[in-house]
Amino acid sequence: MFGRLTFDSLPFYSIIAFGGAAITVGVGLAILAILTWFRLWGWLWRNYLTTLDHKRIGIMYVVVALVMLVRGFIDALMMRGQQMASATGHGFLEGDHFQQVFSAHGTIMIFFMATPFMAGLVNFVLPLQLGARDVAFPFLNALSFWLTAGSVGLVLISLVIGVFSTAGWVGYPPYSGIERNPGVGVDYWIWALFISGFATTMTGINFIVTIMRHRAPGMTYMRMPIFVWTVLCSSVIILIAFPALTVAVALLGLDRLFLTHFFTADHGGNLMNFTNMFWMWGHPEVYLLVLPAFGVFSEVVATFSGKKIYGYSAMVKATVLIMFVSMLVWLHHFFTMGASATVNAVFGISTMIIGVPTGLKVFNWMFTMYRGRVRFHVSMYWTLGFMVLFVIGGATGVMHAIVPVDYNTHNTAFLVAHFHNMLVPGVLFGFVAGYMYWFPKAFGFTLNQKWGIRAFWGWAIGFTLAFMPLYALGLMGLPRRTAEIYNPDFLPLLIVAFIGALCVLFGIVALVVQLYVSIRDRAQNRDLTGDPWDGRTLEWSIPSPPPAFNFARIPIVDQIDPFAAAKRAGGKMQYEPAGPVELPVPTIVPMVIGVSGFVLSFAAVWYMWWLFVLAALVMLGAVIGRSFVDNNEFRMSQREVDAALRGSAGRAGGVQ
Amino acid sequence: MTGATLRGAELRAAVAENPMAGLGTAASHRVHSERALGFWVYLMSDTIIFAVLFANYGVLTFGMADGPTPHEMFSLGRAAQETALLLLSSLTFGMISYSALSGQKDRALLWLIVTMVLGAGFLALELTEFRELFAKGAGPQASGFWSGFFALVGTHGLHVAVGMIMMAVMGVQFVVKGLTEPVLSRLYRVGLFWHFLDLVWIGIFSFVYLPGVLS
Repeated sequence: MFGRLTFDSLPFYSIIAFGGAAITVGVGLAILAILTWFRLWGWLWRNYLTTLDHKRIGIMYVVVALVMLVRGFIDALMMRGQQMASATGHGFLEGDHFQQVFSAHGTIMIFFMATPFMAGLVNFVLPLQLGARDVAFPFLNALSFWLTAGSVGLVLISLVIGVFSTAGWVGYPPYSGIERNPGVGVDYWIWALFISGFATTMTGINFIVTIMRHRAPGMTYMRMPIFVWTVLCSSVIILIAFPALTVAVALLGLDRLFLTHFFTADHGGNLMNFTNMFWMWGHPEVYLLVLPAFGVFSEVVATFSGKKIYGYSAMVKATVLIMFVSMLVWLHHFFTMGASATVNAVFGISTMIIGVPTGLKVFNWMFTMYRGRVRFHVSMYWTLGFMVLFVIGGATGVMHAIVPVDYNTHNTAFLVAHFHNMLVPGVLFGFVAGYMYWFPKAFGFTLNQKWGIRAFWGWAIGFTLAFMPLYALGLMGLPRRTAEIYNPDFLPLLIVAFIGALCVLFGIVALVVQLYVSIRDRAQNRDLTGDPWDGRTLEWSIPSPPPAFNFARIPIVDQIDPFAAAKRAGGKMQYEPAGPVELPVPTIVPMVIGVSGFVLSFAAVWYMWWLFVLAALVMLGAVIGRSFVDNNEFRMSQREVDAALRGSAGRAGGVQ
Repeated sequence: MTGATLRGAELRAAVAENPMAGLGTAASHRVHSERALGFWVYLMSDTIIFAVLFANYGVLTFGMADGPTPHEMFSLGRAAQETALLLLSSLTFGMISYSALSGQKDRALLWLIVTMVLGAGFLALELTEFRELFAKGAGPQASGFWSGFFALVGTHGLHVAVGMIMMAVMGVQFVVKGLTEPVLSRLYRVGLFWHFLDLVWIGIFSFVYLPGVLS
């Protein structure tokens, strides 16, 4: 009945694991209690659980990402603490538990923080920048979100029932095989990646079709905002890279369930196949995350410098070049595999080449600011911090491209420092900058500037203190993923790194305080114009928050930054004549499928096959049932559109 | 969204000029073309899935270990029969599309059943092959090679099974809804899927069965 789920699966093996479980359950219950106490279930049902509105879905993605950022960061704090404590003693985490912590940290930060954060920002912004009413496939969009949410649920519940993977976020066999890792941890990891990977692929398809088919009239490809370009390239990468991950984890799952020999060390299995497939996805993944962040920086720099982005067409070409080359560098993750010198040289050179378009972008951002009227909005802080720190990370990346150097730094803390140096200032700073930039568009009031700047300094200083020592420690010989260090020589730098983590903690607290203060003072910080930053692209030409249909009339575009041009000319934007507005009908089906996906995965992890079949049937039934729905949009009359526009609390956009 | 739905002689007269002319509106045509594009893009990502599985199989041909070899196990005759059934089913699917677009519901339904019978025949042959392989000790646990074989051919077979479910749903929709524009739009995408599986199968025949028998 319950497969291998028994009472022993509850986390009573260590006080820390129990604490984590108690906090997870406690926060979950608290949220349910708050929703019930304030009678918010109806509101939640109408506005979020059943919505197909890309803006609401985007907001939900970002909420998930921020929650998981906190969860993943707690893991990071524990790792820093453990390594520091174990330099002169044993620390407080057992080896296996430490492995769970770093596996969860990596998995969460990549799959359930960075990826949903990206999907959320893009969901919210993309149709607005295109002058569209929604993404191409609103139902599929909601489905992607709910499947992502289901896999997030799977990772969270692994903290309470059973354990998480101990095989690292990359899950290399044969250690992740059933022989050496018979528990449920790796299965949790496999299913979470499988489901969220499928969801991300669907999101990529959705974004591609949206960009190809939903641009405002006159918006040719070379008039699209840079952010849209980066999303297009990022979506193409999703389309090509994610199938490799899907296959890799599916085959690993087969190895574990049916004792096949894809990646086993014996019977003709080939474990490097997994490593290859994983990184065929894994390296492009880094770029598909960082490209939209580059897009955010481009929007932020242009807006707050009061200038068109410098070298628009070079920016586009650099983005496309990164898209192509990103798929030709994966082998640099395992130069030590023992491939021939020629193979290693090819991938080493391609790795150096990809630095060129990235460097070009940095110059373009600087030239955009040059002789611009730069305003130091908080998003600019994140952007400037990114430009300084990211270049350091890029330089150490090119160092790794030199194969003999890589042999020496492979799997050391130097590598850990390098990729955090790309992902924290590159991806996370970008998404946070975007969050602070577009927040007023989403909610109609601006975020508190002072706490935003404090958060920035917490993150920037904390990041520097936490990871610069790791470069040194790596060169001194500290391997990554070490639970117990036993070397007092490493202690001083480990202490510095821990202090850095505490500074980042301050940065995270400041983000929370910023949100609280901003909501408290929202009356003073209302964005009545819809254009608080003197923006340049279409999303700023509509009220904040936008009505459900975004644009009452579809704008006509004749150049880059059409809204800035219209304001400069003192005239109005051009619009298509008013027509009927069609919006997707809300439905609970995506959430049903997402929850079923969660149940299905949970059942598979614990070998409860009856439940697995049941959940699969529900999903199949929901999909088939949905295929019978012909009219999935409703029409709004002109009067309803006008009423909705007035209903945006008088926040009619300047020129609408 | 659907616009007017014509039936019977009226419909036939309309589609005689232009298959989609009698159906829907400009907006619904746009929706159809967007969904078609989305489905093409999806098929591209599915192509990558098969590409990775082919590459995996290619690498694992070096992983026979002490297990049985494909030369002993493959039957080119059966693979040829499977190929014939699947290719023929693509032709009959073309007949479904043709009949449906000319508004001949009964004929479309008939061709749909023929296509499903051919698909079922393919699946039956494949399952027989799998059962025999299991019996002869060449199951997916036999060696890395056989794992790779079952992953590739099995994934294709799974796709064919999903295609059968899609066709069954289309059959029900033919009967319940008639040949309305949304139904024809769905039929178009099921068709893309089905023809795509044919292409993949040609790859499997050429890169799995032929070299396996010749080796």
